[in-house]
Amino acid sequence: MGTVILLALTGLGLAALYFLVASGLSLVFGLADVLNFAHGLFLGVGAYGTWWAAGNLPGAGPDGFGFVIAVAFGVAAGTLVAILVELVLIRPLYSRTIEQVLVTVGLSLAGVALLQATWGADARPFPRPDWTRQVTGILGAQVPNGGLLLIIAAVLVLGAILAFLRWTRYGLVIRAGVENREMVTALGIDVRKAFTLVFAIGGAAAALAGALGGVYFGTVSPGQGGSLLIFAFIVVVIGGMGSVVGSAYAAVVVGLVQQFVNYYGTSGLGDICVVGLLAVVLLLRPQGIAGKVATA
Amino acid sequence: MTVIDAPRAQVPDELSPQRGRWHRVRPFLPLVALVVLAILPYSTMSLPGVFEGPVNSPGTLQLLAICLIFGGLAAGYDLLFGRTGMLSFGHALYFAAGVYGTDILITRAGLPLWQAGLLTITGGTILAALLGAVALRTVGIAFAMVTLAFAQVGAILVARDFGGLTGGEEGLPLDVSGLPAGLVGVTNTVNLYWLALAYLTLVVFVVHRVSGSPTGRVLAGLRDDERRIGVLGLDPYRYKLVAFTLAGGLASAGGVVYVLIVGGASPHITSSELTLSLLVMVVLGGPGTRWGPVLGGVLYMYLDHRLTAFGTSDAVDNLPAVLSRPLSQPLFVLGTVFILAVYFFPGGLTSLAPRLSHLTRALRPRPRR
Repeated sequence: MGTVILLALTGLGLAALYFLVASGLSLVFGLADVLNFAHGLFLGVGAYGTWWAAGNLPGAGPDGFGFVIAVAFGVAAGTLVAILVELVLIRPLYSRTIEQVLVTVGLSLAGVALLQATWGADARPFPRPDWTRQVTGILGAQVPNGGLLLIIAAVLVLGAILAFLRWTRYGLVIRAGVENREMVTALGIDVRKAFTLVFAIGGAAAALAGALGGVYFGTVSPGQGGSLLIFAFIVVVIGGMGSVVGSAYAAVVVGLVQQFVNYYGTSGLGDICVVGLLAVVLLLRPQGIAGKVATA
Repeated sequence: MTVIDAPRAQVPDELSPQRGRWHRVRPFLPLVALVVLAILPYSTMSLPGVFEGPVNSPGTLQLLAICLIFGGLAAGYDLLFGRTGMLSFGHALYFAAGVYGTDILITRAGLPLWQAGLLTITGGTILAALLGAVALRTVGIAFAMVTLAFAQVGAILVARDFGGLTGGEEGLPLDVSGLPAGLVGVTNTVNLYWLALAYLTLVVFVVHRVSGSPTGRVLAGLRDDERRIGVLGLDPYRYKLVAFTLAGGLASAGGVVYVLIVGGASPHITSSELTLSLLVMVVLGGPGTRWGPVLGGVLYMYLDHRLTAFGTSDAVDNLPAVLSRPLSQPLFVLGTVFILAVYFFPGGLTSLAPRLSHLTRALRPRPRR
């Protein structure tokens, strides 16, 4: 019983990481039709921003309130990079989908290389508060605190994004834009502002994933974003492009399947099962669990 | 019925293609290039700054052979991306299937090279047909995602080393004891170079024949307007599957040659980064053009190797750290060039020539009438 609960909670921790990356991807794709390969870069910027701030920023540190400041700095850096990428690189190319994908591909190659050039290719130990290294006993299972932190953060982010989409004017514009962008434009609303906004939200969520992922794994390396990104893509497709709730469901399914099969089957089999799941979903229900609707 | 002898429509002078000095030679240029490349190993010319040793030194020949292989791979990928309009992010899988298939059949099963090669190419083609049959049920971005996910399975299978076949993270060195003597050893690099050249020629020939055939026109139609092809009564799915299978088979053949040149398989060739760099090669060279992808592939691999040397050279080291560190990363330079290319010359390298000719024509003083 303890093993099952431990696996379920670590699986949910993984799911939380996937959700944080996938929610932004899904919104960006649903609204702006941009398949953003540079999303892993935002994650890397968040992770390295937090790592740098914990060592160098006055007031920030690896522990207590200083750690909160460090994470806030990392998230701010990721958000800023996301906004800049949207304004400078993506905006001139709207409605040219293939070129946008190509630019984000180039950006992901160049950006990761830049991180590598600045801080080296090797993994760096991540500064993390002492309590995240410890475990909490839940129903007889010893669960690492870093995973629990991820789950709590993901639930908070999910709640915040849903509340934003449901109760604010910009949230309304984004939801309407995902359903029918032309109609929103015809009503005289500048959808492009909403594009920048979803990029900022996605960048912030990915940067948070980078910072908390660093806490969870204990290290930070330039290539971390890329490997997470592929599973985040799978989550987005299974959940349905443009649906935050769909991404959340899909992330939970993918995280749990991966964790349980990897434990009870051979290591690596879980990852393959996830891809099999993707193939099945695409063949039976090509629009994903939730389809292209930004539901609140 | 009378046939009305209508006068032929007059083509305005400025619309008829300009007959330059070289128009008679042009059709033979590829043949000339092939001959030059084939006799290149006999030259002891040394090009300082371009290659490290003389042209016929084994190191240079190996670099050239890898460039030629990737020229061929890019041309095969262009059959999907540039000519049929399918954005596949999983092309590395079929190349890796060729590399690992040959390596495993020779090293682990002890088969002779020709059997291993044939089996691998057949297997790679069947794999492409099976996975393509599933992936092609989706279109556009979803297709890109599915191919990416399939390729990821390949990467996981190789990295996790199921059954102890692939050697995991360390890769699998090729067992050369059973190979023909002409393909083994540093002194025989020249034979591998010719093999790579033969592969490139084969791919270019196949791609050109296919794109010139009626099937090729259907593929171009699919790229431009898929619904129209459907309305004409042709099944887009079948044609796309043919292109996908053919490109997969060509890529696995490239893998067979590549494993001989490099002398082993390493897991980085299974990564999605390889597919992304194929995409970069095709776009840099000019998608859907005759020679663009080949040029792009050769140039990309050359720069990827040479920029590493350039990055550690004195000229870069003496720059301030802000500049020298990014410049020492080939991928940073290539990624930046790629982004600039997407913005400023979308047709790739091959589109530069007509643009430059416009420029030179504009600069040339006009004859007075």
